[in-house]
Amino acid sequence: MRPADRALLLLLAGVAAFTLCFADAARLRGAAGADEAERTRLVAQLRLTDLALFTEARYTRHPSQADLHSAFQDHPLAFEHFPSGSLIGPPPGLVQSHSKVGGDGTAIPAAEVSK
Amino acid sequence: MKLWLAKQRYLIDFTLASLARRKARNLGLLFVYIVLVFMLASVTLYTHALRQEAARVLAASPEVILQRMVAGRHDLIPPGYQERIGRIRGVQKVEGRLWGYYYDAVTKANYTFMVPAENAPAAGEIIVGPALERARGLAKNNGISFRSYSGKLHTFIVAEVLPQASELVSADLVLMSEASFRAFFDYPAGHYTDIALSVANPLEVRNVAVKLAAALPDARPILRDEVLRTYASIFDWREGIVLALLSAAILAFGILAWEKASGLSAEEKREIGILKAIGWETGDVIKMKFWEGLLISLTAFLIGFVAAYVHVFHFSASLFEPVLKGWAVLYPRFQLTPHIDGVQVATLFFFTVVPYAAAVLVPIWKAAITDPDSVMRS
Amino acid sequence: MIELHSIRKAFNQGHDNEYWALDGIDLHIEAKKVTALRGPSGSGKTTLLTIVGCLSRPTEGRVRLLGEDISGLPERFLTEIRRRRFGFIFQQFNLIRGLAALDNIILPAYPTGRPRRELLDRAEELLAGLKLGHRRHAKVEWLSGGEQQRVAICRALINDPEVLIADEPTANLDTHLAGEFMGILEGLAAQGRTILLTSHDPLVVESAVVQRVVDMRDGKLLSSPR
Ligand SMILES: Nc1ncnc2c1ncn2[C@@H]1O[C@H](COP(=O)(O)OP(=O)(O)OP(=O)(O)O)[C@@H](O)[C@H]1O
Ligand SMILES: [Mg+2]
Repeated sequence: MRPADRALLLLLAGVAAFTLCFADAARLRGAAGADEAERTRLVAQLRLTDLALFTEARYTRHPSQADLHSAFQDHPLAFEHFPSGSLIGPPPGLVQSHSKVGGDGTAIPAAEVSK
Repeated sequence: MKLWLAKQRYLIDFTLASLARRKARNLGLLFVYIVLVFMLASVTLYTHALRQEAARVLAASPEVILQRMVAGRHDLIPPGYQERIGRIRGVQKVEGRLWGYYYDAVTKANYTFMVPAENAPAAGEIIVGPALERARGLAKNNGISFRSYSGKLHTFIVAEVLPQASELVSADLVLMSEASFRAFFDYPAGHYTDIALSVANPLEVRNVAVKLAAALPDARPILRDEVLRTYASIFDWREGIVLALLSAAILAFGILAWEKASGLSAEEKREIGILKAIGWETGDVIKMKFWEGLLISLTAFLIGFVAAYVHVFHFSASLFEPVLKGWAVLYPRFQLTPHIDGVQVATLFFFTVVPYAAAVLVPIWKAAITDPDSVMRS
Repeated sequence: MIELHSIRKAFNQGHDNEYWALDGIDLHIEAKKVTALRGPSGSGKTTLLTIVGCLSRPTEGRVRLLGEDISGLPERFLTEIRRRRFGFIFQQFNLIRGLAALDNIILPAYPTGRPRRELLDRAEELLAGLKLGHRRHAKVEWLSGGEQQRVAICRALINDPEVLIADEPTANLDTHLAGEFMGILEGLAAQGRTILLTSHDPLVVESAVVQRVVDMRDGKLLSSPR
């Protein structure tokens, strides 16, 4: 076979594999429905708020429940202890709420609170 | 059309032959390129699927969690606190949650102890997460002892192990009855860790939060929206390792493209002169080089992407495991459901294929528009 | 076949190293004849060849091919004319390294998109005609000088051009090989091709194959036809 035809065929195979990825993804999504329902059921039953991705510290195990200070428990200038701490940033709600020193704890504007 | 195809095949023939002449170098380049796409695609696929998963699963989490803050720290909910919430319109249920952390010196791992609101195990029994099952070699009906913070040893019977399918949310959980929990932690009676509120109408959640904040100034309501947003921005490109990976990849890619764009060897210039002299048009030369760029970058993209897909969704992104594990001893084993974002894939395609193809073309352009009579000399 | 009218060619025009390599050339190259350009080094022979072969354009003057003025045509058309009507045999052969002899020969036909089978058959035929069939799959850098030149001749012939242009074809060959080349040239002339070459070599210019010798000096023609 000519080099060009071989290359084009290879490319075509690549494109086919690429499309197959999406087909496979759809198949797996279909098959995962029951498992996902299981997870959702557990989250609802246990009132869970976080994924159990990183178990080494409070603020990595439950990032959404962490207060602003938990990452700096030891010292405000303490370096990050855990590699996972560099994978998850501060929860956006938290940063926002503390950006105005109202201290009401959520992203609700202070004006609304006083109403 | 047929003629066009025949011509392109000739151009590809030629470009392949010239690539084959520097086989080791070009294969090396292709390899680096594939690894690059693989890394970027793996990160993209993994993070997107994880965010999707979080969004779907955590959509079932409570609408509002109320924490009490003392001196910037999460503190216990004292007795009578729940009553102070009083009746807020739209709030269906107010429940105290009981949960906490336990450090197991045997495995050097942290567990999350929790009292389920529904279907709590009987006193003296626990339900454990799948990671715990692995780490401690537990099975149903096994006994296990934990030394509490007060120094007393408590023994529990494993009544059940949570299904492996739920591991992403339940890996380190130890579920027990309220009585066991309070006894184990010496948890003061009537106190709770925090409060979960269910609000039926999603439109009312903000109002509820505003009223909560007004009624309980020392409380901090955490809305489900905020939880979801926390996970929507997890593994943001600016964060630590992702950024490091990204900048390394961009640097590598820059070197790759620079190497191509910085100019042609004298040999290549001579060849272009010859081709033009024997009757190739400038356009033919450029198309030939265009094919070179396209073949390499497309091959790299396709192989890199498919490998990344298999890596992330069939091998649980195992190459990332050391990074994701961090210092954690308990690491959830989970197979992400492949949610792929077409826009992200298109972006990845654009940023990996186009710059390279362009980098190949730039110097050619300059060489190809020079006069062909130079081949008569030298 | 090809008429040149007061051709002038300047290099680096407008700069202080401006140099007129050709200075008023009037020449008619007749069809189906072998014409040789002769002259001292630097007299502008190669420059004239590039203009005749549409590799470059004259600074002043007109070039007519089969009665049609081609000196003002855009690059694309010049390329097309070059591909269809001219075959080039360069002094340095200018083969593409790394490609086999056959692949080198069919290279000028790539832009035409002609079927590969047809091209290969034609290339085999040409190689066999020059007794080089056994080296068809050899990479060109492995070939000897004489073999390389024969591959270059085959390449010049793949598109079946009417005109062959050869710059110093025997400069890199020994006497024996130069003699062989003249034999090949004779055969090509007998096929009715128009041939234009340059040479210092008496073996070439004084050979019976060459029907006309044009002398050049300092960018001008010296003599009228022999
Ligand atoms: N690109 C160029 N820039 C400047 N000068 C040039 C260029 N090409 C050729 N010349 C000059 O034009 C003159 C004619 O060159 P040409 O190559 O045509 O000579 P020639 O008769 O073929 O010589 P030789 O017998 O050595 O091959 C020379 O003096 C040469 O230096
Ligand atoms: Mg010369």
